[in-house]
Amino acid sequence: MGRYILRRLISAVPVLLGITVIVFLIMAMIPGDPAAAILGSYATPDNVARLNRELGLEGPLWQRYLLWLWHLLHGDLGRSYALNRPVLDEVLERFSATLVLAGASFILCAVFGILAGVVSAARQYGFADKAITFVVLIGISVPAFFLGMMMILLFAVDLRWLPVSGMYAIYGGGDLMDLLRHLIMPATALAAVATGVIARLTRGAMLEVLRQDYIRTARAKGVHERRVIWGHALRAAMVSVIPVLGIQAGFVLSGAVYIETVFQWPGIGRMLVDAILKRDIVLVQGGVVFVAACYVLFNIAVDVAQSLLDPRIKT
Amino acid sequence: MRVFFALLFRNRLAGIGGVVLAIIVALVLLTPVLPLQNPDVTAMGDRFLRPLSPGHLLGTDALGRDLLSRLLWGTRLSLAVGFAAAVAAGLIGSAVGIIAGYAGGRIDNAIMRFVDMLMAFPYILLALAIVAALGPGLMNALIAVAAVNVPFFARNIRGITVGLASRDFIDAARLSGKGHVRIVLTELLPNVLPVIVIAMSTTIGWMILETAGLSFLGLGSQPPQADLGSMLGEARAAMISAPHTSVVPGVMIFLIVMSINLLGDGVRDALDPRLKSGALTRPMAATRVARRNVPEAQGSGLLQIDDLEAQFHVGRRVYRAVNGVSLSIAPGECVGLIGESGSGKSVTALSVMGLVASPPGVITGGAVRLADEDLIGAPYARLRALRGNKVAYVFQDPLSTLHPLYRVGDQLTEAITSHHRISAHEARERALKLLADVRIPNPAARLSAYPHELSGGMRQRIGIAMALANEPEVIIADEPTTALDVTVQAQVLALLDDLRRRKNVAIVFITHDFGIVGQLCDRVAVMYAGRIVEEGPTERVLSDPAHPYTRRLIACVPELGGGRRQLPAIPGLPPAVDQLPEGCAFAPRCDRATPDCAQGEIGLRGSLRKVRCIHPEAEVGA
Ligand code: SF4
Repeated sequence: MGRYILRRLISAVPVLLGITVIVFLIMAMIPGDPAAAILGSYATPDNVARLNRELGLEGPLWQRYLLWLWHLLHGDLGRSYALNRPVLDEVLERFSATLVLAGASFILCAVFGILAGVVSAARQYGFADKAITFVVLIGISVPAFFLGMMMILLFAVDLRWLPVSGMYAIYGGGDLMDLLRHLIMPATALAAVATGVIARLTRGAMLEVLRQDYIRTARAKGVHERRVIWGHALRAAMVSVIPVLGIQAGFVLSGAVYIETVFQWPGIGRMLVDAILKRDIVLVQGGVVFVAACYVLFNIAVDVAQSLLDPRIKT
Repeated sequence: MRVFFALLFRNRLAGIGGVVLAIIVALVLLTPVLPLQNPDVTAMGDRFLRPLSPGHLLGTDALGRDLLSRLLWGTRLSLAVGFAAAVAAGLIGSAVGIIAGYAGGRIDNAIMRFVDMLMAFPYILLALAIVAALGPGLMNALIAVAAVNVPFFARNIRGITVGLASRDFIDAARLSGKGHVRIVLTELLPNVLPVIVIAMSTTIGWMILETAGLSFLGLGSQPPQADLGSMLGEARAAMISAPHTSVVPGVMIFLIVMSINLLGDGVRDALDPRLKSGALTRPMAATRVARRNVPEAQGSGLLQIDDLEAQFHVGRRVYRAVNGVSLSIAPGECVGLIGESGSGKSVTALSVMGLVASPPGVITGGAVRLADEDLIGAPYARLRALRGNKVAYVFQDPLSTLHPLYRVGDQLTEAITSHHRISAHEARERALKLLADVRIPNPAARLSAYPHELSGGMRQRIGIAMALANEPEVIIADEPTTALDVTVQAQVLALLDDLRRRKNVAIVFITHDFGIVGQLCDRVAVMYAGRIVEEGPTERVLSDPAHPYTRRLIACVPELGGGRRQLPAIPGLPPAVDQLPEGCAFAPRCDRATPDCAQGEIGLRGSLRKVRCIHPEAEVGA
């Protein structure tokens, strides 16, 4: 198993390098003087010249890339001039907030999506199945940002159950309870679509698995139906559900950009949008590479989970 | 094509989606000629008018602009942008995919590596990076969303192209001297086009949502131009004081996306043939029972099957798989149930413990008594308590009938712990003993193996050990050796024979091979088209078959136990069980048939030996 993980990590190296190339090339499309773009409103001729020297921006493209990569490998993502602080510090701080939100959301969508899918399949064409199918249909059609706004109106403004936005209360907050109260709405809104997709897929996978001969064998042994469904069938269905969990994690991470805006969550999605609007290119570049790299590593974890579940995968 | 649309619209939800989408598209197309107010004229005195205000059906926004007008113009813009993004992504992506798939080799490899890298990004990161480089704006948002979706098309279309590129007609075109460009355009493209169109239409909803999202973030359309996303984004500032300004564009996005989703699901269902036959249903825990009356017991066997009737209900068609089968099995007896595939022998056997897949299976009549207790219609809890405990099954192909993800040891102990509360250690001890019983060498090591790590014969021994786990009174073996090769087959048969004598367990052995029956069974019942056509002690039936069908079956066996035989020597096919003929079902294939064979009901005559034939080959006695 250890060797399998190592092999997967090594095979991820070219992908990670490719990501840096792609991000670098996209950023190189910026028309005009990149140093001026980076500095934005701080672009005095003096500053531009200094930055050009600092970043080696005068050289040819490949030279600039290698220099940037060299710094990157040393943990130096550059400096945000708008924020006047190292990009890595800002990215780490904001990414940890996103991780809380997206992580909670991912757990929600995985747990409820799989639960709903299994119940739906086990009661195919029954009331529960129809109700779940209907809710799922609504869930996957509501844009997350609109759902978030409607939740704020209902639960924060009308019912006053939950705080409107932010991660912690400004006064007197800061403990875990406070965080959870702030987390409920954004995490739920963010999870909605993914929950629907996972529920659908789990239902389909369960229906497929329940027709297999080994399910009949389990029933013929006298295994209790509850265990047939939640043990034998679900375990086999997970083989096709887990890759989808990996894909949905990417969608949750993407949706976080909207949700962080709606709920003013101090995450990396909001940071990127602000940075784009302020033309803080170094910050965008660093943030995108960082998150993409994390996502690649996450997908390796998904593959490892899959190989743990399915002994037929050669490790 | 007509079938496709019929299927699509039989799906009521897809129909609703189609209608809603059609209305929206019609409204949007008519927007320029509708008597609407100018969407950009501000009126500071009329700010935040509620819906249904005079002159403003949906009210006004923060600058007093008419919301209805803005909604329709915004929808128009959003749909146009989403459509354009889908077309752009579709065209570019498909071109890349076709080139990669058609060129193959190193070009293919390089392109697909790059595509994989693009797909390694969470999609929005890429879109944000592109917008960051190009600067905010609707056109740039469109480019970003289209670019992000190019890899999706490239990968899908490449897969299809690779499949097509190796086909004969492409080779033929190449040999006829056509250039690559012409081959791609005239031979390849027409075949790929439908897929491209379907993929595009299913992604439009997604593209609309994504561009709206970027606009919502302020990265797409810039004021005064407004699509649905930026309307929603601007309304957010006044969300609490004037919620209708948010609700109006939000609901519109929701309606568009939902109607496209519904339509897309409908299209997918209509294209997926499995849904037509209703095959994508899952079998329930026990077969559905719908019988009117309970027949009297006709014998006193340990397992007594009386007038069993089982059917498959698929749509409006009824397949009568089992048509009044009666069979009596004494303790310790081995009875063979033999027939071609589709004769109803397996369904008969599975009915005993309610294991016929249902839907579509229904037990429509008869009784199955185990020690005088009727099991048809017994509550699930009772059936479960008996399954694997008093009546156990051994199935055909042990690779598909063992769970691929559980260790065989766990599957074995589960058979025990489902019926007995014992410790894990005790269960393991018993599992080891069972493996020794079925003569598996080195049992301790085998317990932790997965099914795919064992040979076919080994797997079937595990299957038999599982059936023996609770010392059942009856084992129903459904073609347990068919999937094995001949030498292993002989070993497994010898094992079963030995076990039954040592443990005094009754066996119902289902097979299509008279050779096996001759080796193992005390008695044999021959099934044809859902009925028993002959029954009697094995030697007598073998040496002196009474039913013409039996005689032909026996003639097919080259030597006893000589491997798999699919009865190739009998001309013709068994009748379809949804249209059984009157009289003898075998008549069309029978060389002794006379006109009266096709009339009325032909009963099963005889007592020790029974036959269902009016011109039997041998007399069976009264
Ligand atoms: S009843 Fe007639 S047709 Fe049927 S098997 Fe006997 S002889 Fe043949």
